[in-house]
Amino acid sequence: MSEIYFTKEHEWVKVSGTSAVCGISDHAAHELGDITFVELPAVGKQVKQFDVLAAIESVKAASDIYAPVSGKVVKVNSELEDAPEKVNESAEEAAWMAELELSDAAELANLMTKAQYDEYLKSL
Amino acid sequence: MSDATTSLSVTPLNQQHRALGALMAPFGGWDMPIQYEGIIAEHRWCREQAALFDICHMGEFTFKGDIVAAGLEDLFTFSITAIPVGRSKYGFLLNEQGGIIDDLIVFRMAEDEVMIVVNAATAPNDFKVIQSRLKGGQFNDITAATAKLDLQGPRSREVLVDLLGGWVAEIPYFKFVQQTVLGVPAIVSRTGYTGELGYEIFLPAEKVGELWEKLLADERVKPAGLGARDVLRLEVGYSLYGSDIDEATTPLEADLAAFVKLDKQFVGKEALLKQKEQALKRVKVAFKVTSRRTPRHGFGIFDGEKQIGEVTSGVFSPMLGCGIGLGYVEPGYATLGTSLTIKQDRAVMEAAVCTVPFFTEGSVRG
Repeated sequence: MSEIYFTKEHEWVKVSGTSAVCGISDHAAHELGDITFVELPAVGKQVKQFDVLAAIESVKAASDIYAPVSGKVVKVNSELEDAPEKVNESAEEAAWMAELELSDAAELANLMTKAQYDEYLKSL
Repeated sequence: MSDATTSLSVTPLNQQHRALGALMAPFGGWDMPIQYEGIIAEHRWCREQAALFDICHMGEFTFKGDIVAAGLEDLFTFSITAIPVGRSKYGFLLNEQGGIIDDLIVFRMAEDEVMIVVNAATAPNDFKVIQSRLKGGQFNDITAATAKLDLQGPRSREVLVDLLGGWVAEIPYFKFVQQTVLGVPAIVSRTGYTGELGYEIFLPAEKVGELWEKLLADERVKPAGLGARDVLRLEVGYSLYGSDIDEATTPLEADLAAFVKLDKQFVGKEALLKQKEQALKRVKVAFKVTSRRTPRHGFGIFDGEKQIGEVTSGVFSPMLGCGIGLGYVEPGYATLGTSLTIKQDRAVMEAAVCTVPFFTEGSVRG
């Protein structure tokens, strides 16, 4: 069983035990328009919650992607380097960006549940 | 100068864009469609099929009279009397310092008649400048009454032949015909801004809705916005007024001397001759990024830590699969193949000076 959480900056993280897989939300992908470039973090990198994790560029803009939780990067979805358009096709499933080793489950309290995120989107 | 407090102008197709769900944004003082389906999909449709653009925002002026006696011949960087009737030519209106007031196309309608097509944001000032320099003839701004649709793409010819008639197929590149279209007088010109086979159609504003609907009813045609247009024009290396060229830039600095005839008279010529004798302080270059990163307007161009220039246009090129751009650098860095570093905040990209067009496989002369 995994639980999904969202940040105010439109990243998601699916947590299962200490595995935390993250990416950007469908809403963020839609707002960015056609994604043309994804910069993934190096495997082994330690990140703190809400620090810059990755970068993304679209035909319209360049944006940073922040780490939804603290942890060590254990895996990245390197397919996105050659096929960044996958983010437009499946932002919350196939186009996951990095898997982190969750270091502090208490940080999840700083994130939104799916229902809370949907409410948040309505407020924007 | 445009007045920031005035509201945006709308083209006769504003409601149609909204009905199609277009993302609208201000451009040159007009409320314009940036994208419908998506920039990359629209770009691809133009390269493979036929894309329809609402270009009603651009300015059109007419002149009727003695071109030489009225001084029109001495207004632009090219000779109007040398353009055969039925042909058009691209060039510049300059200020006394040689700076580009606008880039424009002149259509030679008759011996004593031309149409001048100018950029939207600059049109009001262009009109004043041209009028102040003319010594006769009838000069009119017909922008509001004139609509312009661009149909661009390898299938644009067959679409127009089916809709308007076989005569469309007879128009060579940079030629135009004056023809009745949907019962009204129109100009169909074999010109464009995409590097593809394409046509620019000028017709009375009240008929443009009908032409727009008829063209979109053809399954080979899809609407495209200014977002795709920007990618298309940059892939073939065309400059965008206001981004790549402006009043503080001369055609020599902009590497556009090919559109300047120094053996004729025009305002700004003395300044250009003087500039030719001295070394240029900056020159426009085209460059390709070595990754999928996008250089954007205003990013710095560096040699190591030293800033040597600035990006004026940049996009991700779907045809090349990398970032491409135009910018100005110190002349020592303009040689083909020169390595450049482009930086803005955390984004750093390596690039190399290249030739234009970036994309050479277009159907423009097909």
